[in-house]
Amino acid sequence: MGFFKDLLSKLKFNPFARKSHVKLGLYGPPNGGKSTLANRICQDWLGEEMSTVSHIAHETREIKIKEQVNIKNKKGKELTFSLVDTPGIATRIDYEDFLKRGMKKKQAKERAKEATKGVIDSIKWLDEMECVVVVLDSTQDPYSQVNITIIGNLQARNIPVLIVANKVDLKKSNIDVIKAAFPQYEVVGVSAKYGKHVEDFYEMLFKVAK
Amino acid sequence: MVTFQFIPFQEIENLGSAKRVNKLLNIVKENKIVLMEGRLKKQEEADLIEITMEEISPKFKGIELSVVYPNKSKQDFGQKVKGTFANILLGDRQGMTIIGPASVIKRIEQNPNKIELFTKEAKTPPAKRYRKKK
Repeated sequence: MGFFKDLLSKLKFNPFARKSHVKLGLYGPPNGGKSTLANRICQDWLGEEMSTVSHIAHETREIKIKEQVNIKNKKGKELTFSLVDTPGIATRIDYEDFLKRGMKKKQAKERAKEATKGVIDSIKWLDEMECVVVVLDSTQDPYSQVNITIIGNLQARNIPVLIVANKVDLKKSNIDVIKAAFPQYEVVGVSAKYGKHVEDFYEMLFKVAK
Repeated sequence: MVTFQFIPFQEIENLGSAKRVNKLLNIVKENKIVLMEGRLKKQEEADLIEITMEEISPKFKGIELSVVYPNKSKQDFGQKVKGTFANILLGDRQGMTIIGPASVIKRIEQNPNKIELFTKEAKTPPAKRYRKKK
C-alpha cells in the first residue's frame, strides 16, 4: 500500500492525500505589494510581520519563508501554508535608478547586484510552489511581458494561480483591466496596506489552493 | 539611430533552448532590437530573464521584452485546428517577439491589439550656435 501511495504521490496524483499543507508563493513584478501582502497575512494569522517594505523597488532581494501559517475560512476549514515571499521579477535592473532614489553609488550597485540574484532565485523557486498568488499593482498596466511570462510558466507547470489586484485604495486602481488581461484566472482586488477586502482574498485562496 | 534585426523562425528552430536564448541575447547586447518570427517557449522566456539577470553589469542593464500573439479565445474552431496543425508541422511561428536592450528601449506598452515601443532619447551634446561675423 505504501509503495502505491509513494508512486501516486510521485506522479502528483494521490487520492489518499488530504491537502492540508500548501507551499504558497507570492510572485509578481517589483513594487506590486508582495511583501505588504505577506505581512498582512502574517499579521492576521501569526500576529507578526515577515518582510520589510519600501517604496524603492527590489526591497525584497532574497526568498523569505514563513512556515506554519494556519488560515481559516468562513466555514471554519483550516489550511496550513508555508508562505514564500519572493523578490520581484524584472527584465531590467539599473543601479542608476537607485541613485535617483538617493542611494550612494556603492550601495546602489550592491542593491542592483542582489536584485539580479533575487530574480534568478524567484524563477528557480517556481518549481517548488504548490500554489501561487500573483500580486499585481492595479494602478499599473497589466499587459507587461513579465506578468505574462510568470503566469505562462505557472500554467505550464499546472500550478494553481490566484491573481491579486493590489492597491485598490488608490484612485488610479483598475481591476477590470487585470480581469480582461487574464480572463482564465480568479482575480481579487485588495489593499494589502490597509487590509481592504482581505477576507475575500482568504476565501478565494481556499478555493484556488484546495 | 535604432537598429532592428529580423530573426526568421527557421534560424532558431533547430537550436536547443539554451542556444536560442543566447543567440537572441547576444544580438540584444550589440544594442540591436530583435524582431523574431514566432515566440519562445514559456520556459525559454523564463530562461531568457534568468540569463539576462546573470549578464547584468553597469554597461548592460537588461532587456525589454514583448510578445504579440494571436488571441486564441477569439479564434473559431477551424482556426484553432489549423493553428494547432501548423504548430505541429512548422513549430510555433505564430506571433512575433520583440526583444531590445534596456539602454535603448525605455518601455514597451502592450495591449492585445498594439505594441508601443518607447525609445530612450540619445544623449547628444547640444548643437553649437555660430554667429555670423559681421
